[in-house]
Amino acid sequence: MSALRGLLRKEIVHIRRDPRTLTVLIALPIVQVVLFGYAIRTDVTNVRLAIVDPMPDHATLDLRSRFAAAGVFRIVAVVPRTENLEPLFQTGAAQQAVVFEPDFADHLENTPSARLQIITDATDPNTGALLDAYASSVIDVWQRELAPRGKQVVIVPQTRMRFNPTRESSNLFVPGLMAFVLTIISSLMTAISLTREKETGTMESLLVSPLKPWQIIVGKVAPYLVIGFISVVTILLEALLLFRVPLRGNVLLLLAEGGLFILTSLSLGILVSARTSSQRVAMIGALVGTLLPNVLLSGFIFPVESMPTPLQVIAFVIPGRWFVEIARGIMLKGIGLGYLWQATLILGVTTLLLLVASTRSFKTRLE
Amino acid sequence: MHRILYLAQAEVLHVIRDRATLAQVFVVPMVQLLILANAATFQIRNSDTYIVDLDRTTVSRGLVTRMRASGHFRIEEISSSLEGANEALLAGEVTLAVVIPHDFERDIVRAGQAPIELSVNAEKGSAAGIVQAYALRIINDYAAELSPPANPRRPARIDVSMRSRYNATQNYKHYMVPGILVALVTLIGTLLTAQNIAREKELGTLEQLNVTPITRGQFIAGKLLPFWALGLIELALGLALGWLVFDIPMRGSVLLLFGVASVYLFVALGVGLWISTLVETQQQAMFVSFFIINIYLLMSGLFTPIDSMAPWVQVVTQVNPVRHFVAISRAILVKGAGPAEIARPFLILLATAVVVLTFAIRQHRKVAR
Repeated sequence: MSALRGLLRKEIVHIRRDPRTLTVLIALPIVQVVLFGYAIRTDVTNVRLAIVDPMPDHATLDLRSRFAAAGVFRIVAVVPRTENLEPLFQTGAAQQAVVFEPDFADHLENTPSARLQIITDATDPNTGALLDAYASSVIDVWQRELAPRGKQVVIVPQTRMRFNPTRESSNLFVPGLMAFVLTIISSLMTAISLTREKETGTMESLLVSPLKPWQIIVGKVAPYLVIGFISVVTILLEALLLFRVPLRGNVLLLLAEGGLFILTSLSLGILVSARTSSQRVAMIGALVGTLLPNVLLSGFIFPVESMPTPLQVIAFVIPGRWFVEIARGIMLKGIGLGYLWQATLILGVTTLLLLVASTRSFKTRLE
Repeated sequence: MHRILYLAQAEVLHVIRDRATLAQVFVVPMVQLLILANAATFQIRNSDTYIVDLDRTTVSRGLVTRMRASGHFRIEEISSSLEGANEALLAGEVTLAVVIPHDFERDIVRAGQAPIELSVNAEKGSAAGIVQAYALRIINDYAAELSPPANPRRPARIDVSMRSRYNATQNYKHYMVPGILVALVTLIGTLLTAQNIAREKELGTLEQLNVTPITRGQFIAGKLLPFWALGLIELALGLALGWLVFDIPMRGSVLLLFGVASVYLFVALGVGLWISTLVETQQQAMFVSFFIINIYLLMSGLFTPIDSMAPWVQVVTQVNPVRHFVAISRAILVKGAGPAEIARPFLILLATAVVVLTFAIRQHRKVAR
């Protein structure tokens, strides 16, 4: 036991004597959350709209002003022909276009129907679908006002956006960001604590010391668990104070889950660095192998349900995915363990397995 | 010239002889492209829906039938329990809960108007908005269907046709693959360069090179050229794979794309070189690259649209080369843009390349510190 205490003291001295690294470890998550919190959003506003109006008349001008007044659209160009649109779309100057036919007002008043075309840049299908919905609703409202009220049946929908009534992007992405940033600093920390020992050759001395493998693991994980937990708290404060993300559930539960998630990430990092022989392989592998999957498969940006089934299976073993669910659940939905026990259990079991596996791989190194 | 070639040859040998590096450079990115292109989607098929039908009449059941038939919704459960709907929303089992109130049919028949309640799980982000739009469309169509036959002389009808340009099938992969290609080229270009020179420092072989007659410019040219070629090969492979597997469109000139890529790679490599001058060990090189690439990717518009970012962030992203190359790659491949349409982002890339390379070369010293 005193050996373990010695190792712990050594680690703490390491951390204390290297204030630069410590600063980076504490500051990095804070900076990233600010940066990404403002950058990662999906709300669509300020839609760049082009108008093709070959013969402007009172009807087209009226509808144009409706688009301008709708709040989401910004009319960037009014051109006479459809052919003029191509460069606007290709440079991205316009995202959507409303195309009136010539004599629009005349057709509207004197013929069965007037033709109107909405052209949307659907390169990004998600934005495209939203733009379509926005434009249709502007036209629908206008049309309804034009039509004299007959005996029409109306079903009045009352829509409630549960858990995020204002549909503010940061409410969704900041809790997700917690998982992402925590994974990054955890892998960074284990790399610092373990690969450095290997690099300087002191790992061998650790292995021949009376320390048991599990003690080495505990000694390596514990100090960084504390730093990780500090990050959890600072990110949470940022989320609450800067981004005004609601915290509807239990703070203590969220902190506990944050601690658990840090432990999971640290043990994953420990396992990877314990198993890889060559630093070069470990480094590029860790980078290329974790960065994109972490962004893409954790459900932090792209919903896991939208993925094809095989990928959902892969996402199942990505710890970040569960923490995203937990963080959003507690902060936005205000739910507790009654709903989150499954995700928590999976994180717990994963951590245990990872820790056991790393202990084992230490043993094999001794033989 | 000879010296550059020798150095380049040495680099090529290094990469070819190291199986692990070779695998990392070629196999891992391609596997990632194949797998990850599938993950990046906001598409919603079959949103799980909970229906609370408190009316239980022909009219209310008619609405349920239409929702089911639309193909957008999978009806998970129909009950008369508000509590059940709430539970399902909280547990994240359903995205939409529809509450059809008591007397729905009576109100429609007598008053021609009836309320209906939609609860969308906004935790799903932009998917929630689209689900809502689908549901509203079905409800409106149903209301029109229930209305008595309209006036034959229907006045003021607008015939709206919708056209989705460039990605009519709404295939998310066609949007993501051109972007992910850029990400992979960046990762490999920047990381390999940074790590490579840091390694020479660590091994002490940089010291040996420093005492040879090779000039600074020659050294950098010899170091960068092999990686530059590697990046282009990587892009070609990825493009071929995207074309074979995902059938991504290539509406514009592929040659133009490679032209831009050859300039872009100088930026990516230059950044890698610059990182390597800052650090002493491979490990530090990794940290710095990791940090920079992280910011590069998440703020490039690759995953979430630039247009949605906060205004000040949009300004900041102008200095992000990945942003411009992602935009160019998508414009050329998906939209068929030509040189004139991509001129602006290309010039920014060109300027960045000049600045970054000059800076990196100045930073690089032939003297050991």
